[in-house]
Amino acid sequence: MASSGGHPKLARGCRLKATAEGDVLLMPESMLRMNGCGSEILKRCDGAHTVDEIVAELQVLYTGVELEKLNAEVESFLARLRDKMAIVEV
Amino acid sequence: MSCSMSSTQSKPTPLALIAELTHRCPLRCTYCSNPLQLQAAANELATAVWESVFRQAAEMGVMHAHFTGGEPLVRGDLEQLVSCAHEAGLYTNLITSGIGLTERRMDALEASGLDHFQLSFQDCEPEGAAAISGVPVHERKVALAKRMATGPFAFTINMVVHRQNLDRLEALIAFAESFSPTRIEIANVQYYGWAFENRARLMPTREQVERTIRVVAAAQERLRGRMTIDFVLPDYYARYPKACMGGWGQRLLLVDPMGDVLPCHAAKIIPEMRFENVSRTPLRGIWESSEAFERFRGEEWMSEPCSSCERRTGDHGGCRCQAFLLTGRAEATDPACSLSPDHGMVTDRLPEALVQVCVAEGGETKEVWKYRVNPS
Repeated sequence: MASSGGHPKLARGCRLKATAEGDVLLMPESMLRMNGCGSEILKRCDGAHTVDEIVAELQVLYTGVELEKLNAEVESFLARLRDKMAIVEV
Repeated sequence: MSCSMSSTQSKPTPLALIAELTHRCPLRCTYCSNPLQLQAAANELATAVWESVFRQAAEMGVMHAHFTGGEPLVRGDLEQLVSCAHEAGLYTNLITSGIGLTERRMDALEASGLDHFQLSFQDCEPEGAAAISGVPVHERKVALAKRMATGPFAFTINMVVHRQNLDRLEALIAFAESFSPTRIEIANVQYYGWAFENRARLMPTREQVERTIRVVAAAQERLRGRMTIDFVLPDYYARYPKACMGGWGQRLLLVDPMGDVLPCHAAKIIPEMRFENVSRTPLRGIWESSEAFERFRGEEWMSEPCSSCERRTGDHGGCRCQAFLLTGRAEATDPACSLSPDHGMVTDRLPEALVQVCVAEGGETKEVWKYRVNPS
């Protein structure tokens, strides 16, 4: 599996849509509602940010959350999306 | 803090619109999900009415627009409709046989913002495919799928499975895999419409289904991280019924070629149903309060064993159309459920009986299949 050095990016056929109830990740036959944090991660899955850079930017947004915990959260979130083929590494 | 995601809840906001643009199709598949009563080209909605439907759907909170038919490419205005849906904010998915897709149209679809393609195959070899589709188009579809692999779209290869081809499931999966799609769908035929007419020749045996589950699971494991494989089980063999359409009038609405709005593909077979039409009534009103959508929405229509069953909030009593097709009562518990008093109809006895019917009708030769027709 990809290490923290990869540049995650939304896969073809997947996109994030803003709705009144928050962001939704649209995939070919399904959708996932994102909470604020999930949405902040996905917005940075642009093929330019590394996972470490995403974590660093989230640290600014979620002050008071330990770096280790934040790292684990981001990694597990990305792993679940990789499993659904919603993100790829570039 | 928790970076969570959740599947959407089943609340009555429609999430998907199935736009059945036309019933015209160059293929004549024996398991077509279209109704037996096909609508003629002359009755199809005009471009502007469809455009209004997509805008209304987006406003109501619909996320996905599935363009289907018949063959949606038969409509010369497909690209314009995809473009309109895309601009309204909908995720656009084209469900197609690929017949009619030229380079020019592929470019136009890309420009219109198409998000995803679903290309279905009748088999992995020409003869078996032609026996199902009634026309020799397999090689053209293969060429198209190869082109898709280098094209701009995410796409799914859909393999429809049944008794005639399940014994070569590994080959079907390898065939689908060879095009490097994002997703493979192994979809058992659903027994409505034309498929119900041909079920004596299509219904798999229990041994085939049990083997399928193992083969698909192994392929899913092998392809993890490369492509996903979704699998639709034939519900005649399931212990509990499918949560058909996520519940009647809960998540999904279908607009048929003439503009009637249905809770599912097959709903018109249920007697005494009145359908409202998008040419006369706003979509939101139809969704929220039309007789057709209200009839089986929620739980009030249920009787035992559904009404006191703890599974009712998950499967919503199964499929109303199947209940009608098998028992003659649309409000009955879906006989696919092992708790249904009618379950005996779909247990081992039925598939066995169907094989007997098939033999009695003259086996599996071309003459005994009921091919769908192409409305003018």
